[in-house]
Amino acid sequence: MRGNVASIARFVLVRLVGLLLSVVAAVYLTVIIVNLGGELDDMRISQIQEQRAIQVAMNPEYRDIPQAERERLIQRLVEQDKRRLGLDQPFMIRSFRYTINAITLDLGRSESMTSDRGSRLVRNILLDRLPPTLILFGTVDLLLFFFAVFGALFLSRRYGSFLDRTTIALAPTSAAPGWFYGIFLIIIFGYALNILPTGRMVSAPPPDTTLAYMGSVIQHMILPVTAVLIGAVFLTIYSWRTFFLVYSSEDYVELARAKGLPSGAIERRYVLRPTLPAIITSFLLMIITTGMGQIILETVFRWPGIGRLFYQAITLHDTPVIVGTIVIQGYLLALSVFLLDFIYAAVDPRVRVGKGGGGTS
Amino acid sequence: MRRRLRELRQYPSAIIGMTVIAMFVGLSIYAVIAIPYSEAVRLWTGGPGVWDYTPRRAAPLWYDYFTSDRRARTINVFLEDARVTSEPLEDGGERVEIVFPFEFNYDEFPKEISLFIWGTYETRTKPLHVSLRRPDGSTIVLDERNMARRGGYAYRISQDMTLRRELEMRAPHVGLLADDLADPVPLKGQYELVVESELAEGEEFDNARLVIYGQLHGVAGTDHRRRDLTVALLWGAPLGLLFGVVAAVGAQMSTFVLGGIGTWFGGVLDAVFQAITRVVIIIPILAFLIMIGHFYSRSLFVMLGFLILLNVFSGAMIMYRAMFLQAKEAPYIEAARAYGAGNFRIIFRYLLPRLAPILLPQLVMVIPSFVFLEASLAVLGLGDPILPTWGKVIFDARENGALYQGQFYWIVQPSVLLMMIGMGFAMLGFTLDRVFNPRLRGV
Repeated sequence: MRGNVASIARFVLVRLVGLLLSVVAAVYLTVIIVNLGGELDDMRISQIQEQRAIQVAMNPEYRDIPQAERERLIQRLVEQDKRRLGLDQPFMIRSFRYTINAITLDLGRSESMTSDRGSRLVRNILLDRLPPTLILFGTVDLLLFFFAVFGALFLSRRYGSFLDRTTIALAPTSAAPGWFYGIFLIIIFGYALNILPTGRMVSAPPPDTTLAYMGSVIQHMILPVTAVLIGAVFLTIYSWRTFFLVYSSEDYVELARAKGLPSGAIERRYVLRPTLPAIITSFLLMIITTGMGQIILETVFRWPGIGRLFYQAITLHDTPVIVGTIVIQGYLLALSVFLLDFIYAAVDPRVRVGKGGGGTS
Repeated sequence: MRRRLRELRQYPSAIIGMTVIAMFVGLSIYAVIAIPYSEAVRLWTGGPGVWDYTPRRAAPLWYDYFTSDRRARTINVFLEDARVTSEPLEDGGERVEIVFPFEFNYDEFPKEISLFIWGTYETRTKPLHVSLRRPDGSTIVLDERNMARRGGYAYRISQDMTLRRELEMRAPHVGLLADDLADPVPLKGQYELVVESELAEGEEFDNARLVIYGQLHGVAGTDHRRRDLTVALLWGAPLGLLFGVVAAVGAQMSTFVLGGIGTWFGGVLDAVFQAITRVVIIIPILAFLIMIGHFYSRSLFVMLGFLILLNVFSGAMIMYRAMFLQAKEAPYIEAARAYGAGNFRIIFRYLLPRLAPILLPQLVMVIPSFVFLEASLAVLGLGDPILPTWGKVIFDARENGALYQGQFYWIVQPSVLLMMIGMGFAMLGFTLDRVFNPRLRGV
């Protein structure tokens, strides 16, 4: 048993380090890109110079000072500003500091965006938008997982049936991403039939009672969740059912059937268990894809989440918020990957034995 | 391999997929021939003079099949069709009268009416007296004080506020043609728009055109900038295909080759590739493309380049690696090593070709995701600024309130095309996977 814990622990540690590296890489790249590789600094410095020059020129106190001295005054003020804003250090060095700050969630203040309560702290802005994204993302993933597992099991027992063949035929619908179906759903149910809201998370003004509020949120969630499910469910059911079929044609399953075990037990112990690693890998990739599409999904449905915040911050070029959202997205994704890896490690006997390509890789 | 390809024919989805793809390839070829690239860019960029005579936000012509009413098509009355009479005046010059006849027999009003007139005058402006003779015998004076400008002038009758007030606040293109202003229904019959003016010696009207803009236009309708959507719908095909195929081939082939090389050499190289893959796989590609698009360049080719780069070390690498590891142990590869074949020779002549049948379905299956990725960027407003892609049309539609104003065709047409191209490749890719993937044999 001790050997098991040790190998699981080692596996987990390796994965953790790898994930951390990914987040660091992603954040560092973001810092570089958002600051336009250092060009943003030059823009800021010239902005400061211009501002100070105007300030000094307009100030009546300085009117009598000779030109040369005024120039020196402006320079002194500009240097002060630069030191205050940290622009006196070269960008490359500052980029490391920004990255480390971001990773440790010291996200600072935004340039222009505020949270719902008026706070400029990036942390508060993010916290405002995190719950909506988690609600949507979590619901979608949970529903997808359970639909897919039960659907796949169901179909694997009815190989070649009409439902089976229909699902296979519908599998290519997953070529289109969720938000794409979302647009159609909005047109049909929102505008043409007018029975479901066309966007946002709650109706405006929001209902008073908590129960009514929750009801409104659920009502607004129907379309986006359906959209993502349509875009993912057929392919997922198809691939998982294929896994089940492959594994249920193994000899030991034949033996179990011959022994007379009830089919429920066979499924659970002999079919579900070995397929779990493959299913988890597949689910992981599904989560990553859905996570990426979240930005557009939230924009299309005007859902007040992190994805939409990211896009808004980019249009406003609010650097701290952009970096903040990437960090959060990175950590959320890394967390999901890590959780699944953990489950994978617990479930896949090869990991315990120490052999084979470890992890969901 | 060829035997397996022939197997493909039994699967209906493969046939459907291939037909759809062939259709789009055909459409692309037609698009590139009928509207050459520079022409497409010129049309799509628009500007004065390019789309002046098409209605704004007009629905496609085939909408008429769904309603019993016949909706208006654009009517153009050119100078050649008009009756021009001139009467000499005592102090030189002449009074010119141009009568534009047109017949309006539609069940619904036009979208807009404009009068274009070009002339060379000595003064900067020229007063025109414009009136409309209606089939019921009445005449409505449109404007007595209108001033045509030297060169070219457009009298946008529909936006004439004075006229509107005179027509009980009905829009001019409705009020002028209405039977009864209280409950407007178009008065059908022969109309004549009369333009009178006094021209001095040497002045003349070079050209004139009356345009009664229809509610319907073209195979695909028009957008908020009067552009015929057929241009964008046609050109979206080659651009989408280009993007999807190039990105898919570029990324997948690189992944395939690098996977093979890494797996073959093993050791440090393999470990490095694996580490890079695991790190890159978490980087949110779309987020980065959005950032690059916003801060650097939105050109399709820059995006393509980055996309390929970011996709080289992807999940596919992991899958290929697993397969290469297995294939590496094959006896003929060992034989090749025994006779002293160089590493790269083994990789490119033996290892890679063996797994090439796996590459093909992967390639095809991944094309739709790239096509949709380009559409995603465009829908967010980060599409290529000058090229007409389907995603751009959807973006324009959403930005300009197509759904609010009921112009569903604007969003639905490009979406349906995107859907079809995605499904086409997906169907083909699926069946290819079922045929070529050894693990799926028998299921």
